[in-house]
Amino acid sequence: MKYPVTKHNNYTVLQLSGEIDLNESPNARKQILEQIKRKNNLLVDLSAVEYIDSSGVASLVEGFQTARGKQLEFALLGVSPSAMQVLQLARLDTVFTIYQTLDELD
Amino acid sequence: MIKLERIHLLSRADRLRPLRKFVRELAVQQGCCTENLDCMVMAINEACMNVMQHAYHSRDDGEIVVEFWRDADELLIRVYDFADKVDLAAIKSRDLADVRPGGLGVHIIHQVMDSVEYKNCDDPQGNLLEMRKKLNQPVKCNLSDKPQ
Repeated sequence: MKYPVTKHNNYTVLQLSGEIDLNESPNARKQILEQIKRKNNLLVDLSAVEYIDSSGVASLVEGFQTARGKQLEFALLGVSPSAMQVLQLARLDTVFTIYQTLDELD
Repeated sequence: MIKLERIHLLSRADRLRPLRKFVRELAVQQGCCTENLDCMVMAINEACMNVMQHAYHSRDDGEIVVEFWRDADELLIRVYDFADKVDLAAIKSRDLADVRPGGLGVHIIHQVMDSVEYKNCDDPQGNLLEMRKKLNQPVKCNLSDKPQ
């Protein structure tokens, strides 16, 4: 599945959706890293993510670290309650920059 | 203790989604509250994922058995695999201050379940994980200071 990509200000917004589990996280990881490879500041939109497990979270962490290594911005957008629960469990809610809406960026 | 279900799945990532659906339906049938249901789904998913990745080393033909038992006001879940025995002492949460991809599954399981125990099987091969969760005792899943 190819996730939709849009632009907002100087960010590329990648909208993940559905269930990001061990079966889907390699695809999500690939698309996150593709955007970073293109030197795009990246917002990963999680508002349509119904479920994310630790493999999906690992893809986000890898994206975050890869972007930081290239001096690019990496943030999460519209984190759904179920995704936030996993981020809190992993104590990553304070590591990632999280915006609830695009308005917060303006 | 009443045995509710015993299901078999192959160690394939595409089997996790139907497993989560099955767990959700079973927990609802047993009268589980929403918060604890989400915790159970999360823990069983992480447990089976760990088996797939670490016990079967991402082989897709390994067998996993998940048993569900009702014990008074809680569910007992047993996850069996038939891979080589793993060193039980090596199964532990990692330091979360070290931000890096992976290694979160064991931590999450301990955080969301009431009890978690890795056991030695009597058989020469295989591993067993036992987890318990009250059906209706809402607890926050994200208590960072929950003892492990």
